[in-house]
Amino acid sequence: MSMKNIENNNETYRPLIVAFCCNWCSYAGADLAGNNRLAYPADVKIIRVPCSCRVNPTFILRAFQRGADGVIICGCHPGDCHYTSGNYYTRRRMSLMFSMLDYLGIERERTRVEWVSAAEGAKFAATMNDFCETVAKLGKNKRLEDLRCKQ
Amino acid sequence: MQRIGVFVCHCGTNIAGTVDVAAVSESLGKEQGVVFSTHYQYMCSQAGQDIIKNAIAEYKLTGIVVCSCSPRMHETTFRKTAAAAGINPYMVEIANIREQCSWVHKDTISGTEKAIILGKAAVAKVNLNAPLTPGETPVTKRALVIGGGIAGIQTALDIADAGFPVDIVEKKPTIGGKMAQLDKTFPTLDCAACILTPKMVDVAQNDKIRIFSYSEVTSVKGFVGNFDVTIKRKARYVKEDVCTGCGACTEKCPQKKVPNEFNLGMDNRRAIYIPFAQAVPKVATIDPDYCMMLKTGKCGVCSKVCTAGAIDYKAKDEYVEEKYGAIVVATGFNPISMDKFDEFAYSQSKDVITSLEFERLTNAAGPTQGKLLRPSDGEHPHTIVFVQCVGSRCDSCSEKGKEYCSKICCMYTAKHAMLTRDKYPDTDVYVFYIDVRTPGKNFDEFYRRAVEEYGVHYIKGMVGKVSPEGKKLMVQASDLIAGKQLHIEADLVVLAAAIEPDKSARPLATMLTASMDTNDFFTEAHPKLRPVESPTAGVFLSGACQGPKDIPETVSQAGAAAAKVIGLLCKDKLTGNPCVAHSDEMMCNGCSTCEKVCPYGAITYVDKEFRMPDRTTRVRRVAQVNEAVCQGCGCCTVACPSGAMDLKGFAGKQIMAEVDAICR
Amino acid sequence: MQAVTREILINKAAELLGNGTVDRVFGWKKGEFSYDVTPALFTTREAMDADFVFGDFCGANFSKYLVAETRKEGKVLVFLKPCDTYSFNQLLTEHRFDREKVYVVGIPCSGMLDTVKIKAVAEGIASVEDNGDRVTVHSLFDGDVTVSRNDMLPDRCKNCKSKKHVAYDELIGEDGEVIDSGRFDEVEKLEKMTPDERFAFWQNELSRCIRCNACRDVCPACTCEKCVFDNPDSGVENKAAANSFEEKMFHIIRAFHVAGRCTDCGECSRVCPQHIPLHLLNRKFIKDINEFYGDYQAGAEVGSRAPLVNYTADDPEPAEAVERSHHDA
Repeated sequence: MSMKNIENNNETYRPLIVAFCCNWCSYAGADLAGNNRLAYPADVKIIRVPCSCRVNPTFILRAFQRGADGVIICGCHPGDCHYTSGNYYTRRRMSLMFSMLDYLGIERERTRVEWVSAAEGAKFAATMNDFCETVAKLGKNKRLEDLRCKQ
Repeated sequence: MQRIGVFVCHCGTNIAGTVDVAAVSESLGKEQGVVFSTHYQYMCSQAGQDIIKNAIAEYKLTGIVVCSCSPRMHETTFRKTAAAAGINPYMVEIANIREQCSWVHKDTISGTEKAIILGKAAVAKVNLNAPLTPGETPVTKRALVIGGGIAGIQTALDIADAGFPVDIVEKKPTIGGKMAQLDKTFPTLDCAACILTPKMVDVAQNDKIRIFSYSEVTSVKGFVGNFDVTIKRKARYVKEDVCTGCGACTEKCPQKKVPNEFNLGMDNRRAIYIPFAQAVPKVATIDPDYCMMLKTGKCGVCSKVCTAGAIDYKAKDEYVEEKYGAIVVATGFNPISMDKFDEFAYSQSKDVITSLEFERLTNAAGPTQGKLLRPSDGEHPHTIVFVQCVGSRCDSCSEKGKEYCSKICCMYTAKHAMLTRDKYPDTDVYVFYIDVRTPGKNFDEFYRRAVEEYGVHYIKGMVGKVSPEGKKLMVQASDLIAGKQLHIEADLVVLAAAIEPDKSARPLATMLTASMDTNDFFTEAHPKLRPVESPTAGVFLSGACQGPKDIPETVSQAGAAAAKVIGLLCKDKLTGNPCVAHSDEMMCNGCSTCEKVCPYGAITYVDKEFRMPDRTTRVRRVAQVNEAVCQGCGCCTVACPSGAMDLKGFAGKQIMAEVDAICR
Repeated sequence: MQAVTREILINKAAELLGNGTVDRVFGWKKGEFSYDVTPALFTTREAMDADFVFGDFCGANFSKYLVAETRKEGKVLVFLKPCDTYSFNQLLTEHRFDREKVYVVGIPCSGMLDTVKIKAVAEGIASVEDNGDRVTVHSLFDGDVTVSRNDMLPDRCKNCKSKKHVAYDELIGEDGEVIDSGRFDEVEKLEKMTPDERFAFWQNELSRCIRCNACRDVCPACTCEKCVFDNPDSGVENKAAANSFEEKMFHIIRAFHVAGRCTDCGECSRVCPQHIPLHLLNRKFIKDINEFYGDYQAGAEVGSRAPLVNYTADDPEPAEAVERSHHDA
């Protein structure tokens, strides 16, 4: 492959980002970003969940295995969970899961948890812009897709 | 197999301006299960809704995907449309292609691509949707109020006023709580008894209210609208319905050396007693720890003097079982023990007292008939030092006190100081404080009056040590503003002890599956928006059990809790949220993991007999979700190790299908 | 050498059978080779005299067997090593069996021998003689080879976390203490590598997996009525198909499933036919839990609240937590 081709590839590469958003805050925050026309890349695809604590780490692994390049979970700020304590459990589960992925050599920048309230449309857009940029720099996610493949 | 209709909305140019809606409609028409796909200018309009209704009839649709604005906007609209056309409203999914697509992406190509992907995810989800029906449960139209202080009294009165029967359970022999012990109330200085006792009488005379005094809640089962509660009525050895409250027994009882808890042990009462003159119910109670008849079988004086024949030495604890639709917790507070605060010499000198003891000393019905006299020698004190924040606002590593601000101390200390100066102008009054916190209507004006009009010496700084020397108390303190050490020869030292939740709150919270913070205050369902509800449906919070509060705040919360209870009891049936957790009993391990993370106590375990594949029967412990209580957060589904727990409407399979559709 | 002998155990078992305390005895019997012992049930002294064995290869953690065993009538006697008692408590915490139907005799353990290491010493093993500090392997092809006993211990015994029984009805011998072991050293070594090195390490290890499910089947934390990997509704099922999701994620998901419940008994690595150091996944979770949320040993007490079903308001944020567990920076 010539240098030119590689450059072209880099230019056209767009990461695939799956965002799990809590219905009560981050999803509403995403709506607010829309209302205020705060742009972020179309790479972000949102899945609505009732609470960040509904996000099974299996969903994250599945997204990666099916080709996602980055997964972000957005929930209410600690202390503000609509269900009082859901995001505290999310925080523990994701801390351990992300640390495990890191331990397996998967780039830790591909996973993120961010607390975004319904009022933080600007934060939502800024978070997504930043996350897309970070993941785009890492390039295509190969490691989780191929974690156990036999050559 | 679903028959899905896809309806793409232009939203004028809001969506169609960026997204090629025709391309979205065409592309989604090819998805699995989709039998009809179209686009229209305004799907939410009557004409748009008619398109959906007609398509449901014409194509025998079983599922609907609307690609439009946020589901937070029109999900309900389209669910109603579907229901009107005869399909289950929960067979509708929305792909948010406005707020989360056309409004944030400028480029038509990538915007359209994304809209298609979001549509595909919605189609994938609807393929796995199942019709859901919200459950209904009846409501028992009776409320229970636990705690008979001002919080419980106000809540009970308000609920009864709306026409619903209420029971108050109070562990002491009388209702009234802490407020009954107070002298005057800030900032208006009206006497506590004058405003409280009429309310106590109202409670006694209200035929909708029953008082279970000298009683405790021992078990709570059930859920919102349907609680089964067991109340223990402790033996008071006096027949409540016979006793006239004449008080003859309390005068004749030979056991005179019982510390009087109502006066915080500053004087004595008899073994048979009525806590105070305005007690409700005004009925005597025998203290089994001191009554000679109960302890040794020798005495029986009270029985002889009781002309009504109300004494019953053989009485036993009784248990009452009752059903309630709602429960209000109003268990209140207590000052913390001063045992660990030896630097203030509380245990060494009788003249170091707490603020609540000070209330009793200045109360006309108190041990000194309201004359401010030193407990040690009954002399009038000339120099009084008030110490604020004793045990409040301690740092987190402190083992002695509490981290929080007890909130009421600044105001009652200002009140004490002011009243003292007013009645005894020859007295020097010092108040040592960290900060003076007086937010509240007319509160700061009140405090400033104490300083400016009554000449109370407010000194910023803490008292380091109080040492009794002869008849005096030597107070060592620092004045932070003047930057010097002070030595004051005081006659009386008053400690503004921190307040803490009543000890009965923790076991009660366990019974109610209501959550508590680390300080044992009950947690509200939402700190801002649902401040009088507990996260457990049907359990409400009133007064200081939820956090330190003064009387006005307590009364407003009590009223708010009552309003919530009335709102609940008004309903004949409760309609639940159908998106609730559900446990597959065949897969459940009975491990209790889900039960531990449920914030609502919606999960219980039962032993159930199962027929196994090998035709044997086995008793297994399995989780059961109470659909009336579950709020549908889904925390249990992730905690469940076996995957037995799933959430209707947001099932693992559905979310996986969305992930797959997005990542395809 | 083990501190208790076969005879002591048989006598104890016979006594408890004789006085009606128990109806069955769970123990070991000889397999094809001397190092190849297998769990077995006994109901009479005669049967035990004939087949019961005990020695350096009786490493299996019997706790998990109790889930099925206690469904039968009567009471079963089980001999548990210290590390097994943690699994025993964890299963009780999760209500997996009825405590009343088990009689636990705690037995001391001086570490069990690793068959893989023994087999590497000599070809055609006839028997293994334990002399305390050293073991002599009598073999068909290499004659007698004597090696240090410590060298023959599996990682889990070398880094034994506890000689203390946390559950028993009766103890044989003295109880030991919880040990400050170096069991996280290996994890730390991996943490200090670069992500590329770590990925290469795990790629090499996990690519050997043949999905025989032995790790799951032996794991005392894996007692689900129906394993998610066998359940078509879980989204992670699909046993053999190549390129399926679970093929790749099996070990991550399994480790996460047992996180906070894994007592670090090391059975997964013991039974892995491909010698994948699976315990290093579980230990990573244990180490992280200890570092993020305070020390927690699953099974140390019955009824304790596992870290993943608990929280505090000031737990670290995920990014902060990953940073904290990261030592290569």
